[in-house]
Parts: sequence; C-alpha cells; structure tokens
Amino acid sequence: MTIPPPGTPTSGDPIPDTPAPSPPGHDPGPGHDPVTPGTPTPGPSAPGAAVPDEAPVRGMWRNGLEVFCENRLALAGVALFVLLAAFSFLGPLLYHTDQVHTDLTKVHLPPGTPGHPLGTDGVGYDQLGRLMLGGQTSIVVGLAAGLLATVVGTVWGAVAGFAGRWADAVMMRLVDAMMSIPALFLFMLMASIVTPTVPMLIIIIGAFAWLGPARLVRGEALSLRTREYVLAMRGMGGTGGRAVRTHIIPNAIGTVIVNATFQVADAILYVAYLSFLGLGVPPPAANWGGMLSDGLSDAFSGHWWLLYPPGIAIILIVLAFNFIGDGLRDVFEVRLRRR
Amino acid sequence: MTRYLLTRLGQALVIVILVTLITFVILHLLPGGAARAILGKEATLQQIAAFNHEMGYDRPLWEQYALYLRRLAQGDLGYSFQLNQSVGEAILQRLPKTMLLSLASTLLAVLIAVPLGVVQAVRRNRWPDYTINALALLAYATPIFFLGLLMIILFSQVWPVLPPEAPQGFTLADVLADPAGLVLPILSLTILTVAVYSRYIRSSMVDNLNENYVRTARSKGLSETRVIIGHTLRNGLFPVITLLGMYLPALFSGALVVERLFNYPGMGLLFWQAALKRDYPILLGVTLLISVATVAGALIADVLYAAADPRVRLKAGRS
Repeated sequence: MTIPPPGTPTSGDPIPDTPAPSPPGHDPGPGHDPVTPGTPTPGPSAPGAAVPDEAPVRGMWRNGLEVFCENRLALAGVALFVLLAAFSFLGPLLYHTDQVHTDLTKVHLPPGTPGHPLGTDGVGYDQLGRLMLGGQTSIVVGLAAGLLATVVGTVWGAVAGFAGRWADAVMMRLVDAMMSIPALFLFMLMASIVTPTVPMLIIIIGAFAWLGPARLVRGEALSLRTREYVLAMRGMGGTGGRAVRTHIIPNAIGTVIVNATFQVADAILYVAYLSFLGLGVPPPAANWGGMLSDGLSDAFSGHWWLLYPPGIAIILIVLAFNFIGDGLRDVFEVRLRRR
Repeated sequence: MTRYLLTRLGQALVIVILVTLITFVILHLLPGGAARAILGKEATLQQIAAFNHEMGYDRPLWEQYALYLRRLAQGDLGYSFQLNQSVGEAILQRLPKTMLLSLASTLLAVLIAVPLGVVQAVRRNRWPDYTINALALLAYATPIFFLGLLMIILFSQVWPVLPPEAPQGFTLADVLADPAGLVLPILSLTILTVAVYSRYIRSSMVDNLNENYVRTARSKGLSETRVIIGHTLRNGLFPVITLLGMYLPALFSGALVVERLFNYPGMGLLFWQAALKRDYPILLGVTLLISVATVAGALIADVLYAAADPRVRLKAGRS
C-alpha cells in the first residue's frame, strides 16, 4: 500500500514475490495479463529440476534450513523479528506502565525524565510502554491478516485452478474485479462502514489480501493438474477434492509460504496507512502506524521521540519480513538460486 | 491482433461489470440502508420513503441493479447531499490534479528506475546491486507518509527551499502555477514507485541476460555496451509496459496517502474527506471510477505490450 499504500502495498502487494519469470512478477494487474494467465513457471517441483548440487540424499527440510541459514539477511530478519516480538510481548512483563488512563499533568515529557526513558506523549502515556503495546497490535494484525489471506487465497486458487472451465473463469474474474479496486480505497470504504477493532482490521485486510495468493496458487494448480501423478491418482478413481488436498496444495506450499511472508509485511503497512487516514483502531488501543501518524503533528513542535521510534519500528518489522521472505524464496525456488 | 484486442476488451468489460456489482452490493450493505446512508442521520421516514421511491429502491433487487447500471451509463454517479453537488462534478473537478500527480511520478519513476535496474542486473551480486537493492527495500518498507514527512522536515525546515504543502489551487492551471509545491508530493510518490519498479526491471534484465541470444551476441564479439543497450535492454523492457498497468492500483493507493499528507486537492483527498464524513455517494463514486481507470490502464498496457511484442499476441491468439 502501499501503498502501497501504498502501496500498496501493493498494492496491494507491489514487491514481486516471484522474482519475475519473464513477465515481471506474479501479479498481472486487473484483467487477464496475456502472458501470465497462470503461466506454469517451471517451479520448484518441476521433475528432476530440484537436485541440490552437493548433497543429493539429505531431506528437503534439512537442506532447506541450510540454504536459509546461508542467507545472512534472512537470519538477520529472523533475529529482528524475534527481538521486536520479544520487546512487544515480553517487554510489558518487565516494564509496567498504565496505557489506559491518561495523565494530563505529564504530557510531552522529554526522554530521560525519571520513570519515562522515552518520554511521554500528548496525553501522558509513557512512550516506551506504548511502543510495546503498539507493537503487539501491529504484529498480531500483520500475522493474522497474512495468515487469513493465505489460507483463503490458497483454497480459492487451488479450487479454481483445479476445477478449470467456467468455474475457474467465474472465480478468477471475481479476483480480477476485486484487484482492480485499489486496496486502500476498498479498506477505507469498509472501515467507514464498520468501526475498526483489531479483529475487524484483520478481517478487512485479510478480505482483500487473499487475491494475490489466489492467483499464485491457481497458476500452480493449472500446471500441476496435468502432471502424471495427479492424472494417475484420478485414473484410480481419486476425487477432485483429494487432488486439491493431497497434491496441489502440498506442491504449491513453497510459493505460498514465501508469499505469506510478504503478505504479513504488507498487512503491517496497511494498518499504518489506515491509521494515518484516520480509520485505525481507536485509543486507548495503539499500533505503531497510529503512533507514527500521531507523531506527525508533533514533528514540528520538537517532540521527536513521538515520531522516530514508531517510524523506525515499522520500517524494521517490514524489513524483517521481507528479509525472511527472500530467504525462504532461496529455499523453495531452487531454479532461482545463485542468480 | 484484432482477435487478441477483442478478447482482451471483452475481459475488461466483464471486470468492469463485476466492479459495478461489488459497489452495488456495498451500497445496499450500508448501515441503515442506502437511503439513510445517502440522506444522512436527520432524514425523516417520509423523506426516506420518497427517496426510495424516486430512486427505485423499493423495486426488486435485479431491477434496482439494472437502474443503477443505466444511471452509470448515463454518467450519473449519484448526488452528494453533504457537498450539495453531483458526484460526477465533484470528481471531475479533482480528477485532472490526481492525474497530474500520478502521471508525473510514474514518468519520473520510469526514468529513474530503468537505469537503476539495468545497472543492478549488469553488476548483479556486487556492491552496486546490493546498495540499490538495500535502498529500494528501505524505501519500500517506509510508510509513504513517513517518507513524505521526513522530506518536509528536510526540505522545508532544516533546509527551507520548498513549501511543506501542495499547491491549493482549484483548477489544474492554478496547481501548475505553483510548481515548487508540487515537488515534494510528486517526489514521495516517485520514490515509492522506483522502489517497486527497479526490482522488476532488475529481474527482467537478469532473465534476459541469461538467454542464448545474449551469449550469441557476446561471442560475435560485440562490446558489452552494445549487447546490453542494443540487445538486452529492448527485450528486458517489454515487461515494464505491463508493469505500468499492474502497478496502477498501488499507485492510486499511494496517491491517496500523499494527497492527504500534503493536502493536495485531488481525488484522494476528496475520498478521504468523504470517508471521515461518511459521504457514501462520493466514496462509492470515487471507488468505482478509480477501479474503471485501473482496468482501462491495464487494458491499454496489455494492448501496447502486445503491439510491441508479437510473441504475446500470437500466444494469446492460439490458446
């Protein structure tokens, strides 16, 4: 949204999840991109393509973990995420603050004031404690919305790709139509109808973000369903549901996991954008995006501690998920290694 | 080509109709029903009944949808009682300004991102690639309103050369009369866009640099510059045309945030104000129009791509 917002993110989801097989990216805008209609990119599961050079006998997960660990940025991403999550969720256990009651006698205290290492905000909340609280919302909404979108999108895409014919056409045109509504506009429209609470925010963002994974998985499903082993299973009388469950989803899982990581990053950005546009979770709840937007108005009165800490926190967590996603891509998309 | 064009046009039409179906459904999901949402809290029951009758909201749903479509076809997007203005008129006044913002930043972004992406692909996995990649990722991870604010601090406060607010003119000409005010809004949208584009261009170029024709060109003894600029660049840049279309939704989302931050009087600001006032006719009208613009943009991009690259239209024609 970014933009993505932004956007979004992406749009929605603007960062390419599959580093462009010849037409760039997986995300062929609204309408049917002529080149990508579920282009069966010879993915990780292409027969015979996935033989690692040095260690052919080792298990897929073991090997994957090793590849992941070779990517230093990915490790840094994991460390960053663990650090931020621990700060947000374990921090309040050690550092107690009152984040419900305002205290107008203690507003805009500068950092370093005894008892308030990062100062206080415009209504007297302790800024450090608030960062912890805000982090909880941002991380929870990001993870939950990313997960929701991934699950819904995977099932939708797998069913559409496997069913084929008119069911596929109807299901994917619906995806196209929803994708052509810019994400932030749709979010704001929905947020202006319901009052945004944390669960609502998850549903609103998840309800839009599943489109990307749906397209991705459909593409995989299209190429998978003509594979011999699926045909063989069908020939032995297996049902379509079984094909989706035991063959298509497990085979597409790599692409899906990589995409999910980027979804989480985008969801965190979308929460920030919605807060900035005035449709975030109302106080005393907090999230990093909302704190950052509140900090904007303080930027010119010298209250820098209200602006930079939440801004940096958002950047760090979004970067963390992008690093992790890049590392996972190395693991799952064998074809792209060492490029 | 004609066949490809017609197929693609048909698809776009289906999508537009589906979008109208979505906005129609949302209109009827509005709290208190469509009439209450449009007329406001103070409307009396009689007013609501009269409005429902006048708009045909008391008829069966499919008939209402047909009416809705007919009104849209006549260019009637509804009436905003809060602005006391028809939605179409309100949008038309602001549309050119949003177009200016989007077009200018797209153009700039292409001009910046193409050389960056090419440099990255040519020097891949070396420091220029890593540096540009890191910067692009950083720009992407920064909420665009934070980025914009940092630029306001930098260019209006620390080193005061540019105004912190967008031009406030009513018409496009008024806005253009104050170019200094346009710099920061356009720049913030451009930076976000470059962050996305350069990644695509890099991978597209990398894909092409691994092709056989590049090896052939090199073994013919062509200079590296010739190989890259004469051979690879052209092929590597084709997909950028579709990228422009694909990126439109994100671009409009970004424009919404930028317009709000800089108080730029475009369609995004109109939408934002309407969201705070729960002015549903405007909200739905802008959503519909911006989606149609997205579909049209993607259509144009795809057609241009097909015109530039015969492989695309041949492949699409066959299937």
